[in-house]
Amino acid sequence: MEDRMSIIVYSGTVDKLMAVATLATGGAAMGLDVELFVTFWGLEGFRKDAYKTNMRISKDFEDYGPIMMEQMMAKKVPSWMETLKGAMEIGNVKVYACSMTMELFDMKLEDLEPVVTEVTGVATFVDRAKEGKMTLFI
Amino acid sequence: MPELTDITIDKDIDARGSFCPGPLMELIRGMKVLPVGGVLAVSSSDPGSAKDIPAWIQKAKHEYIGAFPEQGYTRFVARKTH
Repeated sequence: MEDRMSIIVYSGTVDKLMAVATLATGGAAMGLDVELFVTFWGLEGFRKDAYKTNMRISKDFEDYGPIMMEQMMAKKVPSWMETLKGAMEIGNVKVYACSMTMELFDMKLEDLEPVVTEVTGVATFVDRAKEGKMTLFI
Repeated sequence: MPELTDITIDKDIDARGSFCPGPLMELIRGMKVLPVGGVLAVSSSDPGSAKDIPAWIQKAKHEYIGAFPEQGYTRFVARKTH
């Protein structure tokens, strides 16, 4: 087993992307390699500059959206992208884009935030995740 | 645990008001630039720090000097050992 945390980033809502970035930071801080496999709506969240304007929140708590955003601004909570960049600063964090979603949505690597460094297939991700200690679906 | 007044703090970081994992990040960043043997203090109002900060210091094999409660926050003090 390798000291690796793999996260499948399926969601593109701010609440879930915050969870991804925070968990990635925890993993990086505790010395785990962190790999994010960004797929489906997650890739919308990683579109270039999208994090600056994305205010979507999970459907089941949609009514909490405005108050959450208000609180985040008032308490100066860093954006999930800033948190993720912090994780990359202290540890080994890699972000991969799902090739199937990229094709489906006609996306190119340059359409995404520069933290995404590679396009990969699901089999590669699974093959690497199976050697790791922790795999999460968010 | 020694008295806080007996310790010479080389770098003092104020991470109050910063949320998990903010204070831990500040500590890790601070440790990076601190010379070996230096003492770092981080003030945090995040209740998660009480467990997170000692856990990281142990993992990173630095010396944990202690947690010193203040009004509404805690100061965590550690020495960089390598």
